Amino acid sequence: MPSAQELAIVALSLKVSAVAIFGIAPLAFGVAWVLARGRWAGLVVLDAVVHLPLVLPPVVVGWLLLLAFGAQGPLGRLLADCGITLMFRWTGAALASAVMAFPLMVRAMRLSIEAVDRRLEQAARTLGASRWRVFVSVTLPLAMPGVLAGLVLGFARSLGEFGATITFVSNIPDETQTLPLAIYAALQTPSGDALVTRLALISVTLSLAALVVSEILARRMTRWNGGGRHGY
Amino acid sequence: MGIEIDVTLRRGDALIATRFASEAGLTALFGPSGAGKTSVLDMVAGLLRPDAGRIVVGGQVLFDSAAGIDLAPEQRRCGYVFQDYRLFPHKSVEANLLYGWRLSAPEQRWISLPEVCSFLGIGHLLARMPRQLSGGEAQRVAIGRALLSGARCLLMDEPLSSLDAARRGEIMALIERIRDDLRLPILYVSHDRAEVERLAGRIIALD
Repeated sequence: MPSAQELAIVALSLKVSAVAIFGIAPLAFGVAWVLARGRWAGLVVLDAVVHLPLVLPPVVVGWLLLLAFGAQGPLGRLLADCGITLMFRWTGAALASAVMAFPLMVRAMRLSIEAVDRRLEQAARTLGASRWRVFVSVTLPLAMPGVLAGLVLGFARSLGEFGATITFVSNIPDETQTLPLAIYAALQTPSGDALVTRLALISVTLSLAALVVSEILARRMTRWNGGGRHGY
Repeated sequence: MGIEIDVTLRRGDALIATRFASEAGLTALFGPSGAGKTSVLDMVAGLLRPDAGRIVVGGQVLFDSAAGIDLAPEQRRCGYVFQDYRLFPHKSVEANLLYGWRLSAPEQRWISLPEVCSFLGIGHLLARMPRQLSGGEAQRVAIGRALLSGARCLLMDEPLSSLDAARRGEIMALIERIRDDLRLPILYVSHDRAEVERLAGRIIALD
């Protein structure tokens, strides 16, 4: 059985990741939609910007977050006026996680939107459905397995977030010390080996579960979109 | 209650231009592939916008470039039966059939689900998913879905092309009954002369 300390670390990690993913999901879906369906040339730039966190050193992302959301940063001051501080807080860890998971989520969602057969949307229009109705009753349900797979993937990525988090919100037990940060801290402690092993095992289990769920959802999407016509 | 069409559309080098008026019954658009037959159906359905012209179905103007009228596809009530059926893969046969019916105003509905099921012989398929249907079954469901949407005309794009000979005969007989018993104007696209000669009251050649 995991100890109370380990449970607290896992609980904090899950909280940070859940807030990060559900907070960023609408924006990720919106950007994925624009990238999948948009027609204008500037999208190449948007696509590149979206993928930046995937290729930048995470420590750079953390530093950029410090610049923007730190006490002296423009967004940090704005939020401070509203009584919100992100620096050295678990909410800041959630923001760092969200930024790092964003490209993966957009990618999965975009692919799932692109996989929706637009001829089905046309058919729905001829049957009397407005654009919005088509979106809700045809596009979204068909893209949904891929969208959920994107959420799960983003969640898994966010559970593993290290570099941007430790740079932006430091490694504070019970506030910003998520699983990877706790493993790192335990590694620095002479007697921390047992804790490292147990936390690493928990990490592997959570990540594996997320990947399996995401794979199942992806297969389901293939069946709907491609496999649906084999029977005819 | 006929269909009046006078449209032009330039696509690259090709010019699609056709003009005809037909009364109730089946009007076939006949010609080789690439002649723009499907484009004409798409223009009637509102999926493709003509450069200029006028489209009137059952007395209602759906498109008139001179008057600035261009109804959205969902306001046109044209039952479109596609070559590739286009059933919603995530919905049961029953949900597919009722998709347009639920969106239509009660006064626009002229046929009920039980009537469609007995007319097309698809009552036993209601609980299935589209991927569990044969080609002939899927085509009948697609026709039923169009009828139930309160359509005032049917647009059929090569509805027999992906069926085997036996199924073709079946669906052809059905189309004749829609033409004669339901008295729905039908615009029918095909490149098969025998099919067109059997079904059509009028043939419009496109080349």
